[in-house]
Amino acid sequence: MLIEYGEATYLDRSRIPAWSASERGAAYHRCPVKIQEADAKKLLLAQGLPVPSWEVARSPAEARAAASRLLHGVGHAAQVVIKAQVLVGGRGKAGGVKLASSDDEAEHVADAILGMSIKGIPVRKVLVAPAADIVKEYYLAAVLDRAARGILLMGSAEGGVEIEQVAATNPEAIVRVHADPLLGLRDWQARELAFRMGLGAHLKAAAGVAKGLVKTMLAYDADLVEINPLAVVREGGPGAAEERLVCLDAKVTLDDSALFRHPDHEALRDPDEEAPADAEARRHDISFIHLEGTIGCMVNGAGLAMTTMDLVKRAGGEPANFLDIGGGAKAERVAAAMRLILAEPKVEAILVNIFGGITRGDEVALGLIEARRQQSRDVPMVVRIVGTNAAEAAKLLEEAHFETAASLDEAAAKAVAAARTSGAAA
Amino acid sequence: MSILVGRETRLVVQGITGREGEFHARSMQAYGTNVVAGVTPGKGGQQALDGTVPVFNTIAEAVAATGANTACGFVPASGAPDTILEAVANGIKTVFCITEGIPALDMVPVVAAVHAAGSRLIGPNCPGATSPGRAKVGIIPGSIHREGSVGVVSRSGTLTYEAVQAMTDAGIGQSTCVGIGGDPIIGSTFLDVLKLFAADPETSAIVLIGEIGGAAEEEAAAWAAANLADVPKAAFIAGRTAPEGKRMGHAGAIISGGAGTAASKVAALEAAGFRVAGSPTELPALLRDAGYRS
Repeated sequence: MLIEYGEATYLDRSRIPAWSASERGAAYHRCPVKIQEADAKKLLLAQGLPVPSWEVARSPAEARAAASRLLHGVGHAAQVVIKAQVLVGGRGKAGGVKLASSDDEAEHVADAILGMSIKGIPVRKVLVAPAADIVKEYYLAAVLDRAARGILLMGSAEGGVEIEQVAATNPEAIVRVHADPLLGLRDWQARELAFRMGLGAHLKAAAGVAKGLVKTMLAYDADLVEINPLAVVREGGPGAAEERLVCLDAKVTLDDSALFRHPDHEALRDPDEEAPADAEARRHDISFIHLEGTIGCMVNGAGLAMTTMDLVKRAGGEPANFLDIGGGAKAERVAAAMRLILAEPKVEAILVNIFGGITRGDEVALGLIEARRQQSRDVPMVVRIVGTNAAEAAKLLEEAHFETAASLDEAAAKAVAAARTSGAAA
Repeated sequence: MSILVGRETRLVVQGITGREGEFHARSMQAYGTNVVAGVTPGKGGQQALDGTVPVFNTIAEAVAATGANTACGFVPASGAPDTILEAVANGIKTVFCITEGIPALDMVPVVAAVHAAGSRLIGPNCPGATSPGRAKVGIIPGSIHREGSVGVVSRSGTLTYEAVQAMTDAGIGQSTCVGIGGDPIIGSTFLDVLKLFAADPETSAIVLIGEIGGAAEEEAAAWAAANLADVPKAAFIAGRTAPEGKRMGHAGAIISGGAGTAASKVAALEAAGFRVAGSPTELPALLRDAGYRS
């Protein structure tokens, strides 16, 4: 899915006129807001879904106190589960999910998890919850299905961590039901989904969860609401045990285009997991993704920005970033983009590629001239500006002695050559 | 002929009195598009574009007075879905939505309603369509085109301009260039537009500009293999070197089932007889290799 690529950047469309970014390409510019499990569970709970209680702890001492309340409080949990709160998958496999039976053990386990990094992200908080007595795990998700242009529910009796394996090797084990685009998910569809998932014994609860996921999507403009596992658990003491269907984990991503009507969602972004450059890019309405190469790229439009990266690579170089300045960019945004690129010390050359439609070439040229005046270090730059007001841009660039290129292929080749010279000199 | 827009287009511009609506309506008119009406609620009775275009309060009035048959909206994201529905409810069969940033779930019922009414929606978040020498609807710069017979369909904005400019520079003209838009939920897909090109007697070759993500290029390729076998076809896919992103839950992987990568798209297109370019500038030569003669 396209949206996979955009998560390093976020755009605040509430601040910009509706038309102004129409020249962005497609893939990179929708950037779902990923939120932490604990926040996702709050949203589910607010929509009436069955979510067992939890607490969030930022230190071993806080985790100990939370565990103590759960182990010795009203519920008398036999064990607690302590889960790393990071916005990446595979927490369990990485050792970020552990059980504890005592206050001491909870503190010890939390200390270990809070010292870990999972896929490069340091764990700064943990979720503490009563450990469930799981009878069986299921998988259930509601997701925006681009191809079918609607909401798709996917459920399986083969829940747990290996669900993608199940989808690949035994696709029949995944039950798929599309909500009606105009009428939503009807009761009969939710029932059918529950029966086909083998949840007939918990029909009412399962159908309720299915409808609740769709309700959650619509209430918060979510692209994805995923419960893995959805579990039948045993609750109550010996002799009084009864089975209940509960959401043991929750993954929710929010459509950033809808932030204008959910101002409170802004607070769900986790500042712990956003690089300063990403926040800076977002402030200036720039799509920016940091990469590992040496050639900084500044382009208008996501499709063209990806193409520019492709051609840099084809010419033997490595792009240092994906950067889309959007449509109608003015001098100030160009200067901000230049600062973002130069903040990366590995950058040895910069390639600017602008095809003006709404964007005016002379505005970009003025921005580049100003940016170079402010520039903290001297990095060779190759500029190609075509389209609207390209002639005016060419005149400005020539007067300011910029290296220019006529075609995109030529610009890429020149930038790669400049990086080699600049890299060798350094 | 050409598809979607042409000499028969009678365009109503929604939001014509706004800064962007006015600017682009003027540019469309200058290109030769028959801009017959504008709509801005509350400004009915005014004249736009130096007195050449009457402004109405509603689409219903605009259609009744001018016979408008195509609508194009320059309206903010919060109001754009409604402008689409208003156009469709008044019998307009071809609707363009340029607006970016419409919440995806808003478009789900809108697209269903458009289809139920038998209308066609291009976009949202698209640059529009141009039939060179005849008409343009949207924001694609008119200067990049040349009249000809190659049908271009793309989900990008400026990348489309790049590819079209390369064709024009090489003397290869276009029948119609269509930007279908990059949002998750769009009114017309690559496949929908290919079907229109297949039925257009003036389109003799196809250029498809895709990007990584989704399975729309693969779907279009499969159809083209069976239905456009003898038509010269070329394609470009952006994002071959884009790094694998962090994933969005398991659902993303399950739903895509392996489609969506540049490799998957290039393989599907090549198997369907498309010549796939490594750079947009190679498209003209590949089209000629594939048998295109202007």
